Amino acid sequence: MSELRFTVEHEWLRQDADGLVTVGITAFAQEALGDVVFVQLPEVQSYAENDEVAVLESVKAASNIAMPLDGEVVEINAELESSPELVNEDPLGKGWFFRFRPANASAVAGLLDQAAYERLLNANADA
Amino acid sequence: MTSETLAKTPLHALHIELGARMVPFAGYDMPVQYPLGVMKEHLHTREQAGLFDVSHMGQIVLRGANSAKALETLVPVDIIDLPVGMQRYAMFTDENGGILDDLMVANLGDDTLFLVVNAGCKHQDLAHLQQHIGDQCEIENLFEERALLALQGPKAVDVLARLAPEVAQMTFMQFAPVRLLGVDCYVSRSGYTGEDGFEISVPAEHTEMLARSLLAEPEVEAIGLGARDSLRLEAGLCLYGHDMSTSVTPIEASLLWAMSKPRRADGARAGGFPGAARIFAQQQEGVASKRVGLLPQERVPVREGAEIVDAEGTVIGTVSSGGFGPSLGAPVAMGYVQNSHIALDTELWAMVRGKRVAMKVAKTPFVPQRYYRG
Repeated sequence: MSELRFTVEHEWLRQDADGLVTVGITAFAQEALGDVVFVQLPEVQSYAENDEVAVLESVKAASNIAMPLDGEVVEINAELESSPELVNEDPLGKGWFFRFRPANASAVAGLLDQAAYERLLNANADA
Repeated sequence: MTSETLAKTPLHALHIELGARMVPFAGYDMPVQYPLGVMKEHLHTREQAGLFDVSHMGQIVLRGANSAKALETLVPVDIIDLPVGMQRYAMFTDENGGILDDLMVANLGDDTLFLVVNAGCKHQDLAHLQQHIGDQCEIENLFEERALLALQGPKAVDVLARLAPEVAQMTFMQFAPVRLLGVDCYVSRSGYTGEDGFEISVPAEHTEMLARSLLAEPEVEAIGLGARDSLRLEAGLCLYGHDMSTSVTPIEASLLWAMSKPRRADGARAGGFPGAARIFAQQQEGVASKRVGLLPQERVPVREGAEIVDAEGTVIGTVSSGGFGPSLGAPVAMGYVQNSHIALDTELWAMVRGKRVAMKVAKTPFVPQRYYRG
């Protein structure tokens, strides 16, 4: 499994051997959201970076998930429709949202690496 | 940080110690959830007992021979014949019959009434009381000196009876002075969850000791405002500022049941509260729209502010409260809907992110109330 990349919106991305990128939210993000009770997944189609592609509903509130990069969503994690709690229980594993083919394969490497993401979390904690 | 300008309840440090996530609410820094999380806090309260800090709410005492008569001029509720040791639900109305706030009123005896009002309205309510009945009774606010705890759930009675066995004899809406761990408290058998339980008014300086003692009981978990909201929503209880406001009357808010018979148009002490004429006219002639329970037919929660449409797509209402009901395992909502569409089981739709979500008009409460009526 390749190294994870992150966005400032607390999404994680993993570039898989087949060239597709898997997307989910980080442990920090699921903790902040609280109990997820519903996930609205993207359509299988192309999206532009920052398009709102998914919605997470916790008991209290709804949060949008943005497309991290330009690309085409090719697979969604349909298991979340019946088991949205997987986002809380296993955010980096079974709680993944979708897989997409990035328009620019090298763009993933330009996102935050683990160390940079941890600095982001620490900076937020100190703010 | 803005939190420094927020007021703190006497339990603020305890919330932090317990790992609560704090949010601003009605000018207070309040726990929205503890590490257990909203879902488990909600379910725990329905199964065992939950302790809520509701000290941000306003406690007000009215004293004097005319206090009941005076308060009746502000609420469409029978206060004069409220028995000593009983509590009753009421609302302040304005000149248009709109709801200024909802509140609980208890008769302490000795011409003394004890009021609990909403946090966000308490200063305005106090001014309202002083302006209209300040010359007829003594009005004392206990905003700083008293805190309020709610102990809710089927095990609440077992827990509180360990400290004061007499509370087990109380029934729903009874109110009594009770000594808990040597502290003079007021206890009512009521709450905002649909469960059996108690609300405890306690001197501010003893609140933390009492809260820690209750939390030490094995059945009790600390519960935040998040679960308080989902519990009250499942129980079909209104939240001021969301399900009611000055723009709706008790008739439109489907709170006719809370208007005591003696104060209604054909009652012994009919009217005499602000907006009575409009409220009585609405009772006679009906209203254009009313608050109803709504059950979304899909898993997606339907939130406050969502438009409600009919089969043709015409807007016929708005969702006033909505979310996920953990005990029901499904979303629940309430909203204001045009009279033509309020019959039980009527199908209508909420607009959620541009998509139609089917809903049915449903009875409230969504989960059975389990008050202890003896």
